[in-house]
Amino acid sequence: MAKKGNLSVLTDPLWDSNPVMFQVLGICSSLAVTTQLVPSLIMAAGVTFVVCLSNVTISLMRNYIPNKVRIIVQLSVVSALVIMIDQLLRAYLYEQSKDLSVFVGLIITNCIVMGRLEAFAMSNPPWPSFLDGLGNSLGYSGVLVVVATVREILGNGAILGFKVVPQAFYDAGYQNFGLMLLPPGAFIILGLLVWLQRAISNKVID
Amino acid sequence: MNDQIIHLVSLLVKSVFVENILLAFFLGMCSFLACSKKVDTAVGLGMAVTFVLTISVPLNWAILNLLLKEGKLANFLGTQYATVNLEFLSFISFIAVIAALTQIVEMALDRFSPTLYAALGIFLPLIAVNCCILGAALFMQQRDYNFAESCVFGFGSGVGWALAIISLAAIRQKIRYSNVPKGLRGLGITFLLTGLMSMAFMCFAGIQL
Repeated sequence: MAKKGNLSVLTDPLWDSNPVMFQVLGICSSLAVTTQLVPSLIMAAGVTFVVCLSNVTISLMRNYIPNKVRIIVQLSVVSALVIMIDQLLRAYLYEQSKDLSVFVGLIITNCIVMGRLEAFAMSNPPWPSFLDGLGNSLGYSGVLVVVATVREILGNGAILGFKVVPQAFYDAGYQNFGLMLLPPGAFIILGLLVWLQRAISNKVID
Repeated sequence: MNDQIIHLVSLLVKSVFVENILLAFFLGMCSFLACSKKVDTAVGLGMAVTFVLTISVPLNWAILNLLLKEGKLANFLGTQYATVNLEFLSFISFIAVIAALTQIVEMALDRFSPTLYAALGIFLPLIAVNCCILGAALFMQQRDYNFAESCVFGFGSGVGWALAIISLAAIRQKIRYSNVPKGLRGLGITFLLTGLMSMAFMCFAGIQL
């Protein structure tokens, strides 16, 4: 891990070791918020902020944290950052923060955050940690955007709230695929996405 | 009194089946996917989660309603604190309570019930970062449950989660003998299975007692 250049630290998590599809981290929120694109984008921004900053903070503190209490130190840094996000959303984007409901708070226990802190920030200097955080959160955001786009187009016939399925389709008897908006739709889309990623990158684990 | 009991039973059914914390809200997915390869581990983890949820939701309710809500601090520190609203600290206090609780439960089990400790031991530290525990506490805050409701909700969510992980583990044990397409093996097929299970649980939607 340490020998890799900064560039690959940034680019690897985008596809090959994507946090959602390959490392199986942060599944909860990538399923829950993706019924529409707008909340997904806000969630992606929030996670990016928290992952990058917490990675840098923990990496700066890494030599002073006693090993036995590291989880609680990490959790307090992360919760402080998440409280900031939550307060900002409530102040400026109240409607969206209502939509996201508990999932903003759940960034604290998002496995990507803890996973990257444990696996990378605890043993690397701040700059690579920042890049690692950025790469992983962009990889996560990518999955979020893809899943949300598919679900919104199939489920609502719209994207970012604009109708994209032409009226002629509806006149011809096309109907929105309501299942996509429900929980099973999220599981199935993500399952197919994992299949696609494994088929292309040709690395099969288990 | 009778109405109250019916209301609580209805909430229990709702949290176990209708609004299953895993299949409807996606909470606790990470350990759900990681620990569902064998039924034994799934049973152990399910029990541990139920146990911690049943204690932590009411405990967090107490912290929220006795300390953090507006004006509550005045009960302990005098009237000059009557306008202090500490609700913004709820995330950090919930997670601290959960982390401390899992530690205490682990030590208590080790001391008093070594058999249960041996069964649950390795899963307890994992639970501190399981999002269904924090998620249940946040739902309790958002939906403004009272004390009895939060006890029932905590227990019900735990049972629902355990039910989901045990059934998935049972399916995954069987699926080992099937010929799954190459790229779909492991994670992919597990997602599709969970999707089908989630569809099955949606049949419970609309049940009201």
